[in-house]
Amino acid sequence: MSVPTATVTTAVRTSASSSRRHSPGRVLQRTAPLIPAVVLLGMFLLGPILYSLYGSLTDRAMSGYKAAAPQFVGLDNYVALLSDPAFLKSILLTAVFVFASAIVGQNVLGMALAVLMRHCARPLASLVGGIVVVAWALPEIVAAFACYAFFASEGTLNSMLAFIGLTGPKWLLTFPMLSVILANVWRGTAFSMMQYNAALAQVPPEVKESAAIDGASAAQSFFRITLPIIRRSIATNLMLTTLQTLGVFTLIWVMTGGGPGTSSSTLPVLAYQEAFKFSQVGYGTAIATVTLLVGAVFSVVYMKLLKPEVD
Amino acid sequence: MPHSPAPLTRPVPSRRSFLIGASLASAAAALAACSGSSSERSSNTLKVAYQKTSAFTQLEDLLTKAKGEFEAANSEVTIELVPIEAEQDQYFTKLALMNGSDSTAPDVIYEDSFQVRSDAAAGYLMPIDEYVEAWEDWDQFVDSAKEAGLGDDGKLYGVSMGTDTRGIYFNKQIFAQAGLPEDWQPTTWDEILDAARTIKNKVPDVIPLNIFVAKAGGEMTSMQGFEMLLSGTDSELLYNADTQKWVTGSQGFVDSLAFMDTVYAEELGPGLDVALDATIGNRVSTELLPEGKLAIAIDGSWMPGGWISGDNPWPEWEETMGLAMMPTQNGQGEGFTSMSGGWTLAVGSKCANPDAAFQFISIALNYENTLKYDTENAQVAVRTDVAESEEYLSYNPSFEFFSGLVQYTHFRPTTPDYSQISGNIQIACESVVTGDATPEQAAATYDSGLIAIVGEDGTEAAS
Repeated sequence: MSVPTATVTTAVRTSASSSRRHSPGRVLQRTAPLIPAVVLLGMFLLGPILYSLYGSLTDRAMSGYKAAAPQFVGLDNYVALLSDPAFLKSILLTAVFVFASAIVGQNVLGMALAVLMRHCARPLASLVGGIVVVAWALPEIVAAFACYAFFASEGTLNSMLAFIGLTGPKWLLTFPMLSVILANVWRGTAFSMMQYNAALAQVPPEVKESAAIDGASAAQSFFRITLPIIRRSIATNLMLTTLQTLGVFTLIWVMTGGGPGTSSSTLPVLAYQEAFKFSQVGYGTAIATVTLLVGAVFSVVYMKLLKPEVD
Repeated sequence: MPHSPAPLTRPVPSRRSFLIGASLASAAAALAACSGSSSERSSNTLKVAYQKTSAFTQLEDLLTKAKGEFEAANSEVTIELVPIEAEQDQYFTKLALMNGSDSTAPDVIYEDSFQVRSDAAAGYLMPIDEYVEAWEDWDQFVDSAKEAGLGDDGKLYGVSMGTDTRGIYFNKQIFAQAGLPEDWQPTTWDEILDAARTIKNKVPDVIPLNIFVAKAGGEMTSMQGFEMLLSGTDSELLYNADTQKWVTGSQGFVDSLAFMDTVYAEELGPGLDVALDATIGNRVSTELLPEGKLAIAIDGSWMPGGWISGDNPWPEWEETMGLAMMPTQNGQGEGFTSMSGGWTLAVGSKCANPDAAFQFISIALNYENTLKYDTENAQVAVRTDVAESEEYLSYNPSFEFFSGLVQYTHFRPTTPDYSQISGNIQIACESVVTGDATPEQAAATYDSGLIAIVGEDGTEAAS
């Protein structure tokens, strides 16, 4: 546990030196209350990240000689990744999964639900909201089993189709990505819906009223007034749902196991398989590190695009 | 807040030092929490890690019995049974993770013989040569069983509990409906496929043939599935023990994958939704065969154990199931083939009381307990006194058949890399049956994966 200890001393030293540069004491006095949080973040967030970065530079395995004495292999794992068709396919699948289920599915559907709920009768809104929130309230593993039971070859969906005389395909085999995307939309929409519901409530009605007086249609008023006002909520929500979706593992693992073959192996599933099934812990860690970078890139893009900090 | 007014009060040293002190203290407390549990291992408690599933409870019965006997003889040491409820593949993962930390590493481990070398090389196991030398029962073990526990360094790491062979199970009632003989014995792969095709035509509502093909099946796919085929081809080997090199570009490898491809392309196997599920192994033995939904299964000798004494007994299996040897590809060589593995009990390297750990193993695998386990779990006995006992021979009518396969049997490569390479075999099998790759492409992917694991120097082209 040498890494966290080092972080503690560095944190203290940094704050001490910066206080000398600015007016003495003042900066320290302001930063001091942050130190526990910084230390904890360093220990439980930065520490593991650095350790995973280091792990990805080794050939560590679960068993065998490479488990007893992993070698430092530099960037070999990353070089191997770039020539691994399974990895390149996985990047693509991850992009599809995030785009379809988080950016389009959860956000658009969540926004649509939130807007519709503000315009319909109250009991109906509560009822719909309640049903949607159930998916969110379920523990992930339970939701995953529910989706598995729904999409399985002899599951709920195909039973319902059979009831009206249709023979459904084997969803999890024929359309594995579609199945997990729908499942993730089902599970995550409630979060966006609640976010947007709260955001829409903040839009001052008088702005929309004056727009209506000036002859703006409902669509114009939504796209040109409401959306810009709640821009920050959209940015935050996009970021949260994207990062959450990027890390989805249980849902996919339970429903398809990343298969058939590798046709639904997103980055977290691939990382798990490489590390814990095929024993290549170093290689799996490299995939996890790439996932982390992808998340960071998404975050930066959202921050730049939507400028949440400027009003 | 760049424009906020300067604080009116001067910094108070005591407050500053308090905060720094508090943060350091909290960090120290967290550190202590991280490392505290691993400080020391008890020599008065032995943790025994083993696998348990709904179809495999015989081992738990054995260890529970041995626990009682051990504790009656040793009042100061207690046995803590740590069942890992997982399919085989996940059992290895969980075990490796437990072994990774001092505080969770088990003292006695139920260890697959193919993992012994790998785990010994990883430093998870403790050599037990000196203990078996002093153990009078050790002479009863046949040589191949003694070798099954050897590590790469020639030291002994595990005591064999029994071995197994693999063959073909077929449902005689379904065969009768399809007009196939009750004493069916294929002599080539094509005859297996022909029988499956006949069943598909004549008895369309059953699955004609199961051979394991899924990544989720883990070692089951490599051994009961792929290697049962490969060992019957002219290439025969994954690994050349003489040159100590792994074989690439083997025609047998492609042919074996092509067999699987045919089974699934002609829909002679279970639907992929069933075949690719992690529970397929369990379903074959507890559901598909007993319920008469599957006609032919290439599987292991232990299956009748679950039918005789498991949670879901199936006493009718003796009348229903026929047994056939696995033929070689075109009947070449000795005509038939089989694969053998088996499990061992091993002592964990972090064990604080190895004397007691080995004593527990010697009780669990004494004559009486081995007899109990080998009969109930349908093991091919490796203790000569058990193998020759009347009680063993008369317990299960399939023993004679499966013991007879020992003459045709093959063993997996005994290198620490095998378990990792086995994963690549599973990828190859699954990619072929799902249509992601042709057998040739999948074999090429395997070859490049193999080179990535053992290096160019560790391989040789097939002759």
